[in-house]
Amino acid sequence: MSAPASPARAVTRPAAGATARTLRPPSPTRRRFSVGRAFAWAYLGVIVLVTLFPFYWILRTSFSNNYALITDPSSLLPVDFTLGAFRRVLGLATPAESLAEGGSGASINILHFALNSLVFATLSTGLVVFFSLIAAYAFARLQWRGRDLVFSVLLTALMVPGILTLLPNFVLVKDLGLLNTFAGLILPGALFSAFNIFFLRQFMLGLSHEIEEAALIDGASRLRVLFQITLPMTSGPVTTLSILGFIGAWNDYFWPLLVTSDDSVRPLTLALAVFKQSSPQSAPDWAGLMAATLVAALPMLLLFLAFGRRIVDSIGFSGLK
Amino acid sequence: MAISTTTPARERRATRRPRDTATTRHAGSPAHRGDARLAWVLISPAVVGFLVFAAYPTLRGIYLSFTNFRVLTPPEWTGLENLRRLVGDTTFWSSLGVTVYFVVLSVVIGMLLSVTTAVVLHRLTASTMLRGIIILPFLISGVVAATTWSWMLDAQLGIVNIAIRALGLDPVFFLGSSRWAIPTIALISVWKGMGYNAIIVFAGLQTISPSIYEAGRIDGANEVQMFRRLTLPLLRPVLAMVLVLTVIGSFQVFDIVAVATQGGPARASNVLQLYIYDKAFGQFEFGYAATMSLALFAMLIAITFLQMRLLRADESDTD
Repeated sequence: MSAPASPARAVTRPAAGATARTLRPPSPTRRRFSVGRAFAWAYLGVIVLVTLFPFYWILRTSFSNNYALITDPSSLLPVDFTLGAFRRVLGLATPAESLAEGGSGASINILHFALNSLVFATLSTGLVVFFSLIAAYAFARLQWRGRDLVFSVLLTALMVPGILTLLPNFVLVKDLGLLNTFAGLILPGALFSAFNIFFLRQFMLGLSHEIEEAALIDGASRLRVLFQITLPMTSGPVTTLSILGFIGAWNDYFWPLLVTSDDSVRPLTLALAVFKQSSPQSAPDWAGLMAATLVAALPMLLLFLAFGRRIVDSIGFSGLK
Repeated sequence: MAISTTTPARERRATRRPRDTATTRHAGSPAHRGDARLAWVLISPAVVGFLVFAAYPTLRGIYLSFTNFRVLTPPEWTGLENLRRLVGDTTFWSSLGVTVYFVVLSVVIGMLLSVTTAVVLHRLTASTMLRGIIILPFLISGVVAATTWSWMLDAQLGIVNIAIRALGLDPVFFLGSSRWAIPTIALISVWKGMGYNAIIVFAGLQTISPSIYEAGRIDGANEVQMFRRLTLPLLRPVLAMVLVLTVIGSFQVFDIVAVATQGGPARASNVLQLYIYDKAFGQFEFGYAATMSLALFAMLIAITFLQMRLLRADESDTD
C-alpha cells in the first residue's frame, strides 16, 4: 500500500465532509486499485452473498413443488413453479391438493398466528415505549425528592438477565390465571424497560429546556408540555425504540413458549416451530416450511424496506449509549 | 386548609435542598410546584412493572432455588439439597460443556467476522445499502433462521451438501451428527448476529476522527498498522460492550437449538437453557431448574466481571 498522502486532498476533504456528512470514511474512496482493496471488496462480496443467499433460497423453495424438489435439488430457479406451498400454509388447499404437491398432513393457519404476533408485538411495544417515555420525562424534567435514588434502583434491572426472571415470572403469570391470554403474554414486559427509560432520559437531558419553560410560564400544564412539546421532540428515539422493540417481540420465542399452549394466542414463531417439528422426518414439506418462513419473515422485511436506513442508524445509535 | 397543609411540606423540602444541589436547583420555584405528585403518577407504571415483574421474580427465583417446587404443590424448603444435586448432575456439567463450546465458537468467529466487516465497510464505502443488507438476518427470528438453515444443510437435498458433493467430497450431516451439531448451530448463530454487531462496531468507528488516520498516513503507517495502533485501542470500549453482550446472549442460546436439533443427537447440542427448560416444563422440577438458572446467572456475572477487568487492563498498550 503506497501512501500518496496528497496534501491537497487532506485539506479539501474536511470542507467537503462538513456539508456531505460525517459518515464518509476518512480514506480516499477513489484511491487507485490495490491488492488490499481488491481483497477487501472480495471479502465484502462473500459476506453479502452468504447473507442474502438463504433469503433467496427461501423464495426459490417456497415457489417450488415439494415433490419436484427431489428431481432437481440444485436448480437455482423454483422447481415446477407453483403457489401450492402458499395455498397450503394459508389453509386454502384441500388435503388432496396438498398431498399431490408433497405437502404433509401437518398444516398451519398462518394468517391467524400472524395476527396473534401482530397483536402481541404491537401492544407490548406500544405500551412499554409509552410508559418508558412518561417515566423518562419524570426523571429528566421534573424535580422531586428521591428522583436519583429511584432512577438508580430501576437501572439495576439492566443487570438481571432473563434467565433468572423467566421461570418465576411464569409462575407468577400462572398464579394470576393469565396463562394462554394476551395479558399474560404482554404484561410482564409492557410496564417497564430499564433500557428504554435510560435511553429516553439521556436524550431528554440533551434537549433544550427553553421551549418547555416558555410554555410553562405561559400557563401550560406539565402534562400538556409533555404531550405537545417534549413528545414531538423525542419522536426520533421513540421510533428507534419502537422499531427495535417490535422486531424483538415479533421474533420472541422463549417467553411465548412458556406462557402459551393454546393456538388462540400463540404467536407465529411458535406455530412455525411446531409446524417444523410436526413435519415428517423422512420427507419434510420443505416448500411448505419455506413458504411459512417467508410469511413469518415478511413483516420484518417490509419494515426493513420502509425504515432500512433508520434501523441501521438505530442499531448503531443504541450500541453507543 | 389547603394552604396550611402544603406550606410545611414546602418548607421541609426547602431545608433539604442543599443535599441534592445542582439537579434540584429549581425545586420550589413556581414552575416545579406539584412536580413530585406528577412524577410519581408518571413513573408508577414503570415502578409497578419493576417491582412485580423484575424485582419480585428475581428474589422469588433465588428463594425457589433452595426449595423442592413442582408448581402444583407449594414449595418446600430443602436448603442446599439442590446445590448438592447440581454438583453431582453429570447432565448439567455436560450441558455446561456443550454451552461453553458453543459460546467460544460463536463469540470468537462472530467477533472476528463482525470487526473485520465493520472495518472493511468503514474503509471502503459509506453505502447504507450494504450495511442494511448485512443486518437483514438480525431482523428475522431464530426460528426462521434455524428452519431455513436446516433445509439448506439437509443431508440429501440441502444445497450446501449438493455443493459439497459437486466438489467430490462426502456429504456432511451438519445437524444430524454429534460432531457437527454445535459448530453448525454456532455458524447459524453467527450468520444471524454478525451484521448487528458489525453495525455497532461501525458506529463506533465513525466516532473516531478522520484526522487521526490522516496523521497516521502522513507518518507512513500502513492499513494494518493503523488498525492495530489506532483503530483497536480507540474502539476498545465499543468492542468490550459488544463482547460482553455477545457472551451473555450466547450463554442463553435457545431458539436456534430448539428448532434445529432439539438438543440432539444424543444430547450433543443439549445447551444449558434447553436443559433448564426441560427440567422445568418437561419434568416440573421448578426448584431445581431455578437452582440451575441461578448458577448460570452467577457464572455470567463472574465472566462479565472478568472480561471487564481484562479489557480495562489492556488500556496501557495503546502507547
